[in-house]
Amino acid sequence: MAEFTMPSLGADMDEGTLQEWLVHAGDPVRKGDPVAVVETAKSTIEVECFEAGRIGQLLVTPGTTVPVGTPLARIEPLAEADTPTEPEAPAKPARPPRPPAAEGARSTARKPSRRKPTPLQAPTATGPPPDHDHAVEHRGHGDEGPLVRHLAEEAGIDLDTVHGTGRGGRVTRADVGRAAAAARSPARVTPYARRLARELGVDLRGLTGTGPDGTVRASDVRAAAPGPTTPPTPQSGGGVPARASAVRRKEGMREAIAGLMSRANREIPHYYLSTSIDMATALDWMHEHNHHRPVGERLLPAALLLKAAARAAREVPELNGHWLDGRFAAAEEVRLGVAVSLRGGGLVAPVLRNADALELPQLMSQLKDLVARARNGRLRGSEVADPTLTVTNLGDQGVEAVLGVIYPPQVALVGFGRVVERPWAVNGLLGVRPVVTASLSADHRATDGAVGARYLTSVDRLLQSPEEL
Amino acid sequence: MASDAAGAAKTTYREAMREALREALRADDRVFLMGEDVGRYGGCFGVSLGLLEEFGPERILDTPLSESAFVGAGIGAALNGMRPIVEIMTVNFSLLALDQILNNAATLLHMSGGQLPVPLVIRMTTGAGRQLAAQHSHSLEGWYAHIPGIRVLAPATIEDARHMLAPALADPDPVLIFEHGSLYNASGELGPPAGPVDLDHAAVRRPGTDVSLITYGGSLPKALTAADELAADGIDAEVVDLRTLRPLDGRAVAASVARTHRAVVIDEAWRSGSLAAEVSARIAEDSFYELDAPVERVCSAEVPIPYARLLEQAALPQTADIIAAAHRAVD
Amino acid sequence: MTSVRGTHRRKATMGADVATRAERRGELLHAMLRIRRFEERCVELYSAAKIRGFVHLYIGEEAVAVGVNEALTAEDAVVSTYREHGHALARGLPAEAIMAEMYGRATGCSGGRGGSMHLFDAGRHFYGGNAIVAGGLPLAAGLALADRMCGRSRVTCCFFGDGAFAEGEFHETANLAALWGLPLLFVCENNLYAMGTALQRHEAQTDLALRAASYGMAAWAVDGMDVEAVERAARRAAEGIRGGGGPYFLEMRTYRFRAHSMYDPDRYRDKAEVERWKARDPVTRLADRMREDAEPVEDLLGETERQVTEEIDAAVDGAERAPEEPVESLLQHVTSLRTEAT
Repeated sequence: MAEFTMPSLGADMDEGTLQEWLVHAGDPVRKGDPVAVVETAKSTIEVECFEAGRIGQLLVTPGTTVPVGTPLARIEPLAEADTPTEPEAPAKPARPPRPPAAEGARSTARKPSRRKPTPLQAPTATGPPPDHDHAVEHRGHGDEGPLVRHLAEEAGIDLDTVHGTGRGGRVTRADVGRAAAAARSPARVTPYARRLARELGVDLRGLTGTGPDGTVRASDVRAAAPGPTTPPTPQSGGGVPARASAVRRKEGMREAIAGLMSRANREIPHYYLSTSIDMATALDWMHEHNHHRPVGERLLPAALLLKAAARAAREVPELNGHWLDGRFAAAEEVRLGVAVSLRGGGLVAPVLRNADALELPQLMSQLKDLVARARNGRLRGSEVADPTLTVTNLGDQGVEAVLGVIYPPQVALVGFGRVVERPWAVNGLLGVRPVVTASLSADHRATDGAVGARYLTSVDRLLQSPEEL
Repeated sequence: MASDAAGAAKTTYREAMREALREALRADDRVFLMGEDVGRYGGCFGVSLGLLEEFGPERILDTPLSESAFVGAGIGAALNGMRPIVEIMTVNFSLLALDQILNNAATLLHMSGGQLPVPLVIRMTTGAGRQLAAQHSHSLEGWYAHIPGIRVLAPATIEDARHMLAPALADPDPVLIFEHGSLYNASGELGPPAGPVDLDHAAVRRPGTDVSLITYGGSLPKALTAADELAADGIDAEVVDLRTLRPLDGRAVAASVARTHRAVVIDEAWRSGSLAAEVSARIAEDSFYELDAPVERVCSAEVPIPYARLLEQAALPQTADIIAAAHRAVD
Repeated sequence: MTSVRGTHRRKATMGADVATRAERRGELLHAMLRIRRFEERCVELYSAAKIRGFVHLYIGEEAVAVGVNEALTAEDAVVSTYREHGHALARGLPAEAIMAEMYGRATGCSGGRGGSMHLFDAGRHFYGGNAIVAGGLPLAAGLALADRMCGRSRVTCCFFGDGAFAEGEFHETANLAALWGLPLLFVCENNLYAMGTALQRHEAQTDLALRAASYGMAAWAVDGMDVEAVERAARRAAEGIRGGGGPYFLEMRTYRFRAHSMYDPDRYRDKAEVERWKARDPVTRLADRMREDAEPVEDLLGETERQVTEEIDAAVDGAERAPEEPVESLLQHVTSLRTEAT
């Protein structure tokens, strides 16, 4: 019988607080397995055990602070045929499993100091039955350890959807890691495809690769790109790409925009509507809202305009979606593209997801973050992917109205100009009001002017009740 | 050599090389040709046939079978004001002169602090394909391309055979010219010189958009044939002829990969530690974010080149191998 | 005809009978002592870690470099080995340029790229210390070939050791030079050891002159510890070469008093053997001969020592103060036209 004790993690460590057990009583452990999380004066550390065996009684409950050397748990020896299986081993049922006892013993003996011993074959239906003691027999989903639950939560993964390869179908850390990776991106993407995806604003998630082993290649990215399919072509005889990449990225972007806009102009029969909107109420509300808030949390008119545009898109779903294969496909969520012009030229349209449902402060902070990162070239692929309606706000550039070109395959583009003071007649009385010109470019194949008019009217109405935005 | 009205002449690689030698010997009294059987025999591969009669034994020197001595003598003569052209029968024999090439020719300028440039040209035959077995068939030019201080050329076309020698002789440093044995009989039109030939740049022999076939020397015709056949499959291959193996034109390689995003490197040398390995490494360094498929290499099997025809052909990069590699990269 | 010898340029005084034998012997003595003292200083500096790398000392063999040089003009070419301090000094390379080279300094005769084994001076037709045994021979044949092609009446003198006889390059070059009648002077410094391997342990036939003669060139053995004998033989050979007699071969039977290089424990030689050869020290031998012939020696020796010490002090001082070659120049001189980037 061995003991797992509070380790000394530094010469200056006298005691530690057990934060969390990563194992249960009865769990088999291998030398080097992390078994507990310990908090010290300096940090929180996963600690490993130095014995192979089975966790016996847990002697200390989480939250307890004990001196170094205090026994935390007992580790009982395993029976001969009782070697633990490696919890992190991926299941490979195609390969015949080896006798786990012999393999485990050899592996441990061969590499005594390795933290992670050679992964062993996970038990499968065709293999020798794993050790089923009562404590683990009925484990399944819901029985995962706190660490696994924590990791899954962090990665935004529903454990119920993860295939467990651990004992009794238990989800292991490795399972969570794989699930997280799968949610992130396809298995393999070529370097060029990754670059192209960034340039064309294609979300690599969910892309199916046509290359060997499902590798995503440039053609897959182009096929998924909303815009032109011509790849950016460097000058012939061009310089070493590493040096010229910034220039070429810019050239590539220009070409991508050129292709996309040409296509829009060629394929989309645009119609244009515009209206002037009294912003007095909205801005009064906004100033009041901002009054007691620190600078970093204050709203800008753009946030209100975007929110109104998004809510209106929800109200007029005929404009929120894509023209695909000769018909309009409405989108379920409002993914509001926000056109951001870049300092070096060109523009990108990062996406505010579920913009209609975002609280204004939330929308404002996301907007600031996206714009800043767009201008630093630090957008993630997912953040420029697949907008359902784009807003271009050229107010800060000094113009009063925008009549834009639609980004295919979207079917509309909303434009806002500068908020300017104008003489404004209400109920026969003339006053000076802040006014913005809202415009709509829409695809006549998908909608007619009446729909567009309904949309702009909605925007106007929403802006008159800013407290409800 | 027969000229047509337009000034283009039907000729062979061998004749083009001979014409280049003749021109060099005529142009500069300091130029002489030295090597085994370059005189009375006319050159092992017939390149120098007739030159002894035209220029006499003082300028066309038959040497004893002493590669180290006559290559070293070329170095000494170059140091002493001459412009020697030394012919070594095959690259395998050049190993007997490797001490002189590496320890003297490539090194003297630097070791002397810049005092002793060596304006020497060494020509040799390289490559397999003629059932000459393992001591006459290897492609060791990649070894030489490893050495700083020398320039390594691989003329693959009749134009380069005809026009690379003059700038090589004008180079103040040692230049090694590798002539692939299978090219000597290649025939074609040789147009009038289109200005001075540069030794610093690779050449795109066939433009394309889908995959870059990067090669040199004796593998160029195979790559061009492969490109033609790939075109029938709808794959538009670009063929890059490196021409100069040292200093390597990395920019041209990178530019081509930037156009096609896929690269197949074809090199008749053995794969491990080959020039193809160097080119692949450059692509990884310079063109990583351009790659849409792993770099493919088509090299010789790692075996001393065998005699039997079937075995020899199986050992060498073939058009079909290039096509298959291109498909792997593109499909 | 002009002989060049270090800092001492001498007018053409060929009539030995006129320019007094004593004067000429005094100059030979000076040249040999200069090499001896220079190398002794090298040992000191090496021990003080001022000089690094391989350093091969010529001490004991000075008569060969000095005597052969007497037969050469300033136009003649010399190709040497890695044991070439003596050849370089005799050829007139400034002691300071050599010392600076060993210090690895910018003012070194090879710009700090060569070190002890690779001293070069293109202007003095000194084609370097070649550290590949026999590696300089083919190159020397080429220098001679170019001279013959251009009709120049010049001799290329190539020094090499007995160890080179086991290398193919010697035999290839001997054959080529004899076959083509090249104006090449082969000077074999037979010091009886190829590094640590005695001649009889590395050559089946130890009569080297005999073997050279088999290539069809004039070849004879010379007492390499007698500077006057060396000079006489070298003059005969050089005259023969200049007269169109093709290559000549001289086997200089000599001995190095010190080990092969600085780290050599010298275990392969009998101490008594070394002492026997030291008894034939070319410097004391010449001095003794002058005494026998009642020529003034003692004052001359004192004055020579003083001059030599002064020159070497200045050389060391110059090397100490010389600038390092800047690291930015690392890639220079790899090729003539471009800085190699690849």
